[in-house]
Amino acid sequence: MTTRAVRVTPFWGGLTLATGAYLLFLLALLGSAATYTTPGHLWAALGSREIRYSIGLSLVSCTASALLALFLAVPVGYLLSRGRFPGKSWLDAALDIPIVLPPMVVGLCLLTFFQTPLGKAIEGVMHFTYAVAGVVLAQFVIGAAFAVRTMRSVFDHLSSRPEDVAMTLGCSRGQAVWLVTLPAANRGMFAAFSIAWARSLGEFGPILVFAGITRMKTEVLPTSIFIELSAGNLEAAIAVSLLMVALALVVLVAVRIFGERM
Amino acid sequence: MIQLESIVWHAGTFRLENIQLTIPTGSYGVLMGRTGTGKTTLLEIVCGLRQPLSGRVSIGGRDVTHEPPATRGVGYVPQDGALFPTMTIREQLGFALRIRRLPAREIVERVEQLATELGLTALLDRLPHGLSGGERQRVALGRALAARPKVLLLDEPLSAIDEELREELAALLRRVQRDHGLTALHITHSRAEADLLADVIFRLADSRITEVYRG
Repeated sequence: MTTRAVRVTPFWGGLTLATGAYLLFLLALLGSAATYTTPGHLWAALGSREIRYSIGLSLVSCTASALLALFLAVPVGYLLSRGRFPGKSWLDAALDIPIVLPPMVVGLCLLTFFQTPLGKAIEGVMHFTYAVAGVVLAQFVIGAAFAVRTMRSVFDHLSSRPEDVAMTLGCSRGQAVWLVTLPAANRGMFAAFSIAWARSLGEFGPILVFAGITRMKTEVLPTSIFIELSAGNLEAAIAVSLLMVALALVVLVAVRIFGERM
Repeated sequence: MIQLESIVWHAGTFRLENIQLTIPTGSYGVLMGRTGTGKTTLLEIVCGLRQPLSGRVSIGGRDVTHEPPATRGVGYVPQDGALFPTMTIREQLGFALRIRRLPAREIVERVEQLATELGLTALLDRLPHGLSGGERQRVALGRALAARPKVLLLDEPLSAIDEELREELAALLRRVQRDHGLTALHITHSRAEADLLADVIFRLADSRITEVYRG
């Protein structure tokens, strides 16, 4: 076996130094939060009734909004990737609106939409403003935009040839997509779901404006941090923050592990 | 019989004008031409994957110009095989039959028959990942033949095959075409490949087709 000698040039050395410094800064940020207080205090803060409700609502609402985002992202991503129609680039740009809008503005737009006749009619069937459904909707608006981007990229990277072959073998376009393309896109769909889920978990601005921050009602993990900080309860805010870091790391690792396997 | 009459196709600055082509029933037709002359586009027009601006596509004397690919009765083997990445070879060979909702026993029998004929028996439970170029093309061929099409359309099926296996696969294509009584349209840019296989050779150049050989 031969080993290649690695020659450290100033160029590669500089890049390594910059990367290492950035990584150290990130670890220092997390370390400072993790060592600010004792595990006992953190555990006690996480055991409070309000925080447990917030954890539960976050997990449920993020999962619901990420599933809804995926259901939207698969057909829209496919249309953007394979469709040829006038105005496609405009549609493509328009679907990025939730990504480029300031989060507070997204919340404000949701609030004003539900003051319109159409919005009021929808509220007549299901209540969104300052309600749990509003939390899911606010998370969905942002998460779906990222899921659509991801699914478009997934379909761009999948050859359309197998789908064409399936059509010559007796499938309609819909059957070919369902039986051939979607199974091949399972890894991408998992990535799109995870990205939407992670984005939803960190959503704060739109939820604050549209769903409010009522304890034991519309309180999710980012709003818990805001409420605890406002009340001067730094240890509880840090406990929730560390929990969010742990959840984010779980998502990151899951995307890497399952993404590689699928 | 495969027949193209006055086919017109435009895409940007690329044009095919007034294309005429006839391959008699049971013949092996080879269409030659340089890369970018529109050979694959023509094959896709026969498949129904592209719609010509005007003209007529007939298969077995039936006008199929406006029919979807599913009902044209063609077997299509693309350049790289385009196997379904998540299906085993067994599932790929039975795919067209499952779509047609044939009884499970008939599907099993047909898959085993094709696997024996094409030397795929040992590969039936494998996924396409890791198959050699020759194995991929044999699976693609079996998948195309499963529903007993009258017409076989092959897009440079030997281009991704190792030199020493090329003649072997060419002989297999010829045998399968004869045994199944198929009318074949095979695209290539290799004259040697055309000479090895063709009953009739066409050349596509400058948006025109000329017949260069009829055996």
